Amino acid sequence: MEHRPLSPEADTRDHLVVIGNGMAGCRAVEELLARDPARYRVTIFGAEPRVNYNRIMLSPVLAGEKGFDDIVINDAEWYAANGIALVAGDPVAAIDRGAKTVTTRSGVTESYDRLLIATGSDPFIIPVPGKDLPGVIAFRDMDDVGTMLAAAERGGSAVVIGGGLLGLEAAHGLSLRGMKVTVLHLMPTLMERQLDEAAGWLLKQALEARGQTILTGADTAEITGDTKVEGVRLKDGTLIPADLVVMAVGIRPATGLARDAGLAVGRGIQVDDHMVTSDPAILAVGECVEHDRQVYGLVAPLWDMCRSLADGLVEKPSGYRGSVTSTKLKVSGIDVFSAGDFSGGDGCEDIVLRDAARGVYKRVVLKDDRIVGAVLYGDTADGSWYFDLLKKQEDVSGLRDLLIFGQAFAAGGGAADPKAAVAALSDDAEICGCNGVTKGQVVSCIAKGACSLDAVRATCKASASCGSCTGLVENLLALTLGDEVQSGPKTMCQCTSFGHDDVRREIVAQAMRSIPEVMQKLHWTTPDGCSSCRPALNYYLLCALPGEYEDDQQSRFVNERLHANIQKDGTYSVVPRMWGGLTNPRELRAIADVVEKYDAPMVKVTGGQRLDIFGIKKEDLPAVWADLNAAGMVSGHAYGKALRTVKTCVGSEWCRFGTQDSTGLGVKIERMSWGSWMPHKFKIAVSGCPRNCAEATIKDFGIVCVDSGYELHVGGNGGIHVRATDLLCKVATEQEAMDHCAAFIQLYREEARYLERTAPWIERVGLAYVQSRLLEDDAGREALRARFLFSQSFSQDDPWAQRAGGAEAEHHAPMARFTPQEEWA
Amino acid sequence: MNADWLDIGWVDQIPARGSRTVQVAGGDDIAVFRTAEGKVFALLDRCPHKHGRLSQGIVHGGAVACPLHNWRISLATGEALGEDKGCTPTVPVKIDGGRVLICRASVLKAAA
Ligand code: SRM
Ligand SMILES: Cc1cc2nc3c(=O)[nH]c(=O)nc-3n(C[C@H](O)[C@H](O)[C@H](O)COP(=O)(O)OP(=O)(O)OC[C@H]3O[C@@H](n4cnc5c(N)ncnc54)[C@H](O)[C@@H]3O)c2cc1C
Ligand code: SF4
Ligand code: FES
Repeated sequence: MEHRPLSPEADTRDHLVVIGNGMAGCRAVEELLARDPARYRVTIFGAEPRVNYNRIMLSPVLAGEKGFDDIVINDAEWYAANGIALVAGDPVAAIDRGAKTVTTRSGVTESYDRLLIATGSDPFIIPVPGKDLPGVIAFRDMDDVGTMLAAAERGGSAVVIGGGLLGLEAAHGLSLRGMKVTVLHLMPTLMERQLDEAAGWLLKQALEARGQTILTGADTAEITGDTKVEGVRLKDGTLIPADLVVMAVGIRPATGLARDAGLAVGRGIQVDDHMVTSDPAILAVGECVEHDRQVYGLVAPLWDMCRSLADGLVEKPSGYRGSVTSTKLKVSGIDVFSAGDFSGGDGCEDIVLRDAARGVYKRVVLKDDRIVGAVLYGDTADGSWYFDLLKKQEDVSGLRDLLIFGQAFAAGGGAADPKAAVAALSDDAEICGCNGVTKGQVVSCIAKGACSLDAVRATCKASASCGSCTGLVENLLALTLGDEVQSGPKTMCQCTSFGHDDVRREIVAQAMRSIPEVMQKLHWTTPDGCSSCRPALNYYLLCALPGEYEDDQQSRFVNERLHANIQKDGTYSVVPRMWGGLTNPRELRAIADVVEKYDAPMVKVTGGQRLDIFGIKKEDLPAVWADLNAAGMVSGHAYGKALRTVKTCVGSEWCRFGTQDSTGLGVKIERMSWGSWMPHKFKIAVSGCPRNCAEATIKDFGIVCVDSGYELHVGGNGGIHVRATDLLCKVATEQEAMDHCAAFIQLYREEARYLERTAPWIERVGLAYVQSRLLEDDAGREALRARFLFSQSFSQDDPWAQRAGGAEAEHHAPMARFTPQEEWA
Repeated sequence: MNADWLDIGWVDQIPARGSRTVQVAGGDDIAVFRTAEGKVFALLDRCPHKHGRLSQGIVHGGAVACPLHNWRISLATGEALGEDKGCTPTVPVKIDGGRVLICRASVLKAAA
């Protein structure tokens, strides 16, 4: 139907005035025209001096994949053809609801019958010094892109603040345009609102491989420069030079006009299901609105809103019911998809597939047999399928086993049973990509007697490397042997099919550097592990990468995180080191002072020859440690999987039977080995003669002095199953005793499983093995000792002193205090 | 300040996969958790087993492992998971512009 515009004066139709010439405003008009092109006279006011374009395509424009003309949605002709008056480049400054008029910044006033507010969002600018300097911009409209392109022309460095969708797309574009780009992200992982930790880690790796510098946990303190931006300073003091700073830390609904006009505004302009605000003559749509307590920052919900809005305007109300959103990152070559809720929680079940060789991570979250969330990295082909199942709330119990393999597989006819799918494979189908093992080879090695996963790994190498084919091999075992399959060694926990030894070996072999990396490469079946595997992985990495690995505090048990022992009432006990059990008036006085000053209800001599102060409150710990540090005392690690005590007896210095200086040797050994993290706690004792007053023969490493030298004992403990030590060897000098001790500790650190004390470890590997490593291989022993001392050069930093100095204060102080009288701190 | 919600600080003051506490005079603390995905939950800081401080546990997935005897407690419902039985009261939380707000009425109940 052809519609010829009338002059405004002659046009008696209701006047619809739209504020905002963006994606939602224009789409709403399009929807209206599609329903009844003649019903309203339309005027659109736009702050930007241009026609309506596709905002989400600004990223490809920045990246050079598109020009502005390619992204225009409605050109000038469209406005003319539909009789729409466009006032571009002159923002509306006020709404007068009484007079039913709007007035622009330049003073133009226009009256309306219905008003539609579609003002979108404003970028959030973090309130740091320097935020107003030239060269600091947001990423919201074509002008911002123009500024970025001009800056890129001049070259130099750009800092993008914000590692979310927008920030990463800005960084990608700028880096393609030749700038040196650093992304600063406050959170520990990128795009944490859309991605889980595992996918965030993969994304970071991929972006770094493309030359971007990504700093997570980076908190901006100020933007530096006199007349224009010169750099960004972080709270930790780091200064990053920058010719351009892009702030992409978030958006806020643009509600100023509505608020000034007295409309109901929460986080956004509040609307009902028909997009009507608290004033029946005024509608609102797009990112500026709040519907059912939700605000949106993506386009899909806007389309739904615009449909309901237009239905309402032509009096055929349908009603908007909210939207579920999905996200894709528009960075070419990096496929990321996320939808719904993947925070897990009650009754939720995760299905995880990791394919390290292809760099793929997929996670689908189910609840009550329905998909509630999905995160895909590397292979997003099935994103829309999952999203569709999610939106339709379809029951997927029938597809469950094959769901994660994607639509093609799950819909693949008769193969609904994974075992049947494996049975259907031909003999020369490759099962293990890493080692090039075919199904025929696996089956024949099973037929020759390999009746467990481990045996298959040992004989034909299938599943022995990355492990991604473990499921296939298990199915082949089940198919070939039926009930005779033997279960393999215990896995680390339910998150993985690998045992501790496999994990340790692979960490070293593949030079892995972080917990998310291990979980990805070894196909963890949970997104962030559990309280069993995380502390173990943290230790294995710490042991493998001395001085390089950054300890993950959230993967430590409370005692190790707070450097004190938690008590049943939630207070803590504090045990300072007393080297070799020795003390002096200064230390005793400091302990006495602490007990009085912090009202500690009990002090006790421990079974490990030192003093334990009980009942200290979490928030007092740093102050207590500062006081003890002042008297020269450091942490006793009574809380750690670490060296605990070195017990000594008085020895030749005083005792009438003493053969050597057991006290002095004990102190030296404690000085050498304190601060070291181990698979389990580790205790040492030195007795001055075979009467063994220091109980050296029930310690992890015990020394019994004799006239001719030192007997070295290993693998003892008290506890539930008391085990007396085995005699390792006898040496002649103190130095040899210390060297053997260091080498033994390192062998234990490198080879025992997490939470395996020396006694069960030695029973598992055999004393002969330990002797072969320490006694029959002098060079090997020397190398172990050297590795221990190297690792110690990084770990002998008193954790108490760091905390007393203010480090990680958040572990100790409450976030807020509340009393019913409303006093806040 | 008589709102229904109490503003306790910025989301990023709570470490991911970690927690902070809110001290309530005359009552149990409230433990505020943030998961790896950035979801925030609040519970009374009191394990249903023997009153361990849940705020000191290891957070994984949508649960926290109590530091005293390793019960796993759901952050969303406060229920003990797996074989264990018991429930810790939850405190409604919402996030507004990066600020964490907790339900005033529940806090008052904790203080009572
Ligand atoms: C404080 C102390 C008891 C005392 O008052 O003497 C003590 C206290 C605890 N011991 Fe112990 N043990 C203490 C000396 C011992 C000793 C004696 C010794 O070291 O000569 C033993 C037997 C020797 C041994 O370890 O082989 C001992 C064997 C254990 C065991 C069993 C270990 C085993 O391998 O079977 C545990 C349980 C565990 O670690 O899993 C344990 C665990 C504990 C824990 C950490 C329980 C816990 O997880 O909370 C207790 C912490 C209380 C606290 O808050 O301080 N404690 N514990 C002693 C601290 C020594 C120190 O100065 O660091
Ligand atoms: C770079 C970039 C990439 C994006 N990528 C994606 C993506 O991949 N997927 C996705 O779903 N979403 C994406 N988005 C988000 C998407 O663009 C927005 O959700 C969408 O544009 C919101 O539409 P809107 O009409 O509410 O706001 P806008 O499109 O911002 O339109 C609002 C318009 O109102 C104007 N205005 C404001 N105040 C006034 C006033 N007082 N008077 C007159 N005019 C005014 C503004 O200038 C603006 O032109 C991206 C956004 C950006 C910036
Ligand atoms: S013996 Fe038992 S009760 Fe005593 S300190 Fe050791 S663990 Fe605690
Ligand atoms: S008190 Fe929490 S598990 Fe025992």
